This record gives sequence, C-alpha cells and structure tokens, in this order.
Amino acid sequence: MPLDVGLQFEIEHLHARYAHALDEDRLEDWPGFFAASGRYRIVTAENHAAGLALPVLYADSRAMMRDRVASLRHANVYEPQRYRHLVAGVLVERLDAQRVSSIAGFLVLRILQDGDTILFASGRYLDRIVLAGEEGAPQYEERVVVCDSRRFDTQLAIPL
Amino acid sequence: MLTQINSAVRDWPAEGLTRVPYWVYQDDDLYRRELERIFLGPNWSFLCLEAELPDPGCFRTTHVGEMPVVAARDAGGVLRAFENRCAHRGALICPQARGRSERFVCVYHNWTYDLAGNLTHVAFRNGIGGKGGMATDACPESQAPAQLRVASFCGLVFGTLSAAAPPLKDWIGPAIAPRMRRVLAKPLRPIGGYTQLLHNNWKLYAENVRDTYHASLLHLFYTRFRINRLTQRGGLLVSEDGGHHTTYTLIDAADATDAYEREKTRSAGGGGFRLEAPQFLEQFDELGDGVAIQILSLYPGFVLQQIKNSLAVRWLVPRGVGRTELHWTCFGFAGDDEAMAERRLRQANLIGPAGFISMEDGAATAYVQRGVQAASGRASVVEMGGAAAASGDSRITEAAVRGFWKAWRRQMDI
Repeated sequence: MPLDVGLQFEIEHLHARYAHALDEDRLEDWPGFFAASGRYRIVTAENHAAGLALPVLYADSRAMMRDRVASLRHANVYEPQRYRHLVAGVLVERLDAQRVSSIAGFLVLRILQDGDTILFASGRYLDRIVLAGEEGAPQYEERVVVCDSRRFDTQLAIPL
Repeated sequence: MLTQINSAVRDWPAEGLTRVPYWVYQDDDLYRRELERIFLGPNWSFLCLEAELPDPGCFRTTHVGEMPVVAARDAGGVLRAFENRCAHRGALICPQARGRSERFVCVYHNWTYDLAGNLTHVAFRNGIGGKGGMATDACPESQAPAQLRVASFCGLVFGTLSAAAPPLKDWIGPAIAPRMRRVLAKPLRPIGGYTQLLHNNWKLYAENVRDTYHASLLHLFYTRFRINRLTQRGGLLVSEDGGHHTTYTLIDAADATDAYEREKTRSAGGGGFRLEAPQFLEQFDELGDGVAIQILSLYPGFVLQQIKNSLAVRWLVPRGVGRTELHWTCFGFAGDDEAMAERRLRQANLIGPAGFISMEDGAATAYVQRGVQAASGRASVVEMGGAAAASGDSRITEAAVRGFWKAWRRQMDI
C-alpha cells in the first residue's frame, strides 16, 4: 500500500501537539487530546510482555484524566519540574475509514529547577486514533505508554 | 600521622528514641556495618511471592541488602535461595530477572550449579588428556555461594543467612502475624511490579512507612477525599522488639469532623476540590472486616499494603548510603472475578511512583536527605505520642518510628 503522506503528517502532528502541551505545562489541555471515551495507561515493558496488567497510571475516561490534573495542581507534592518529549519513528496503520493505529518511540527528559536533567523515561506509544474527533481533529481513543524500564526516578508526577 | 576517619562509633543523643541523629543517614562506615549486621544478620528478608515460583525449576533473582540472590523452586518442589555469586571468580551465576531452568551455568567458565546453589560441575576440572585442570585435592567448593535458610508465610517467601534468626513465624511474632494473615487470605496472583529509585538513605523510607503521623498531612489526596483522616477509627501495633508495625484505618463514611480545618493544615485545603470520577475509589470489603487501609512493616525494609482493594508488597534494596531502590509487587487473589481484577488496576492509581497517595513519599524522604546535608551533629525530633515505642489507638504518634530505632540500635550496638 502506498504511504499516505497526509495521514502520516496528521498523526505526527497530533503526537507533536500532545508532547508540547505536556512540556509547556498545559496539563489542562491533556484530556482534550483524547476522545470522549478515551483511555490512557502507563505500563512497563516488563509487565506488558508478561501479560501482567498492572498500570503505573490509569485513566479510563477524560473525567479521570481531569481528576489527575486537578490532583497534580492541588493535591500532590512533587519537586518543580518540566519534561522534554522527543517523539520519533512514527508508524501509522489504517484500521478502517475512521481509525488508525500508531506506534511511536519517545524519550522524556526531566528538568528540575536546579538544572538537574536526566533521561527520565524511554518507550513506545501504542495508540488507537479516531481521525475525525471533536472539532474534526484526530484524537486518541487509547494511548498505552509502554516504558522500557521498570524503574522510575523518585516519582512519576506529570503524565508521559 | 593517621587521621581517625568516621569511626562509625558515634554517640546517640541523651534523649534516647525521641531524637534521631542525622549522621545515621550519612555515614559510609555505618552503612557498611548495617549491610552486615542487619541485612545479612539475624533478620528475614523478603525474596518473592511463592506464586512467582509455581513449578520446579522456576527462579527469580533479587537482593538481600546489596547481596545478589537467586530464589528458586528445586526439582522436589522445595523453595531455595542462594547467593548469586560463582565460586570460581565471583561472577553472577544467573543474570536473568526470572525464568525456568534445570540448573544454572555461570557464563564465564561454565561452572554449574543445581537449583539449591550447590556447585555440581567444574568445567575441565580434571584437565584434558592428563594435562591442565585442578589438583585432586583442590576444593573450589570452599568458595561456594552462601545458601540461605528459606521459609514462607502465607505465600510470601523470606530468606536469611543467619543461623541465629528465630523461625520465620516466631520472628514475625504474635502481634503482627494475624495482621498478615488477614490480607494474605487466599492464594495470591501477581499482577505486576515496578521499582522506584529513591535518592535517600534506606532508613528514611523505613521510617516513612512507620510514620502514621505523616500519612494524612503529606498525602493530601487521603484527607481531602476523606480516605484516611486521623479522626477515622484505627489503631497501631508495634512488635515487642519495635522492629515491625501495623497500622490500620476502619472504613468510616461518616467522618464529618473539622479537625484538619481547625488546624489549618495544607491538606484540608479550601474545600472546592472534588473528584469528577471518584468511582475508582469504591472499596469492596473483600476481607470482611471493615478495614480501609492497613500498612504493615517487617524489620528492616519490608512492607505489606492493603489500600482498599489494592494489595502489594514493597521492599527496600539499599544501593549506597544515599540511594535506595523501592521495589513493588502488586497482587490479587487467584479467584478474582473480572470486576475485582479491574478494580485492583484502577486502584493501582493510588500507589507506586505515580500514586495519588504515595508519589510524595520519595520526594519527602529525598528532601530530608538534602536538608540534613550539613547537620550531621543535629537530630530530628520524634516526640509525637511521647517517648514510648508501644501499640496504641492513636495514629497521631511516632511510636512505630521509635520502635524501628529501638530495634536498629540494639542490632547495631549503638
């Protein structure tokens, strides 16, 4: 099948907008990248490969995502920090007229206020995307974040 | 002239258990003594769930203190554990995290071990054609990896290097054992695990887990949604020697008090904060005793957790004086139906590195490690609930923290 360049760009654009929203601390925008029935999970590659379902973070509705953001803003204690996402190697596959799946690699750097910068996470985004979501833009129906490592430095506050 | 460096013999403050001097988190010599006296001493260390080793030949690797360990089920079904160090040159015998095997073969020179860690074969021991090999009276077995005593309790496997450690059940003791049994009521089914790297001395997390005073003050999520307020009914048990503890909170939907508001705590907040989707917090009282939360520790670094329907074990692996790994294995029961399995996954949002009520712990303990950097001569104030290290019905106390230090000082002879 010929590569659908427009579709490829459209999906890469979605991933890029998602990453910039998190990196610019626009957490309130995060749930809007998902369809109304959207689901989000962070898992480890070890558990994922073993068929073990334990999530590090799990939201099965946008309401749960908004709760997560509200908790980060008003409840949880974490050291002031920013992420820098690098998303690469995006593969897109059409599922049907309305939907595609996507696999993409990511690196996330974590920058603390004193300048300490580490490679915080690497992994894959496994996505199912509806092309004409609300306002006509593509939205994630499901985003599974598979982290390559089972170990997290200190805490995982901001979503990946 | 030689200078006396950090002779690890330091004076404990005269106040006793109500003061914890900050050098205990900073001293390299002390840290090495802890590894020997505590982690390799007369205590039992958690190794894995029995359910992780269901069949003969199943193994997983872990650590006791800094010592790498293989835990395995041998051909006869007996649980075994041994030091993961080849008798020959000291290489790891088994580098994999888990798997299944009939034997272990060191990759370096092919020395072979059975599932109990006995050296069974030395490659070319007798040489080839009368040349090379070892002398007939050579005894490489003299450097064999240490074998641990292994025992299990309600599906949890523990090991110790010490012949002096009491039997596991006696070591856990009559105050704590029933509180483990109530959680480990059925065959366990692991649902996954992960690790947090903490930038602090291991004891700061051991204290954090025993600190019933902090839970609802640091973890705002608890308090704002009335998951656990200190006004809810509960209790604290501290083992006789102080090392183990259990605290629990009863399900209590009717907490309408304003103690936190009157104290103007950060966690009480302004009151406008509500969850849109609180359904994931709904607990099914599967153990039938009305306990919402129970946190249980065994000395030095093991935790058994029931937070609603989220069940897990956690254990500490020290990685240097200021660096600690916190490992988590979460589990359900073999008979869980789909709804319960899903409930446990949703409630996993409460725990672990991203947990609504646990992500703060790693930050707070690291703040202590950094805060006391220039204060080795000073001490923390551990006076909530008085000076005793005993059980009670209040959780506005640091009794279990004092208990930890009581056990630690006895074992460290400090």
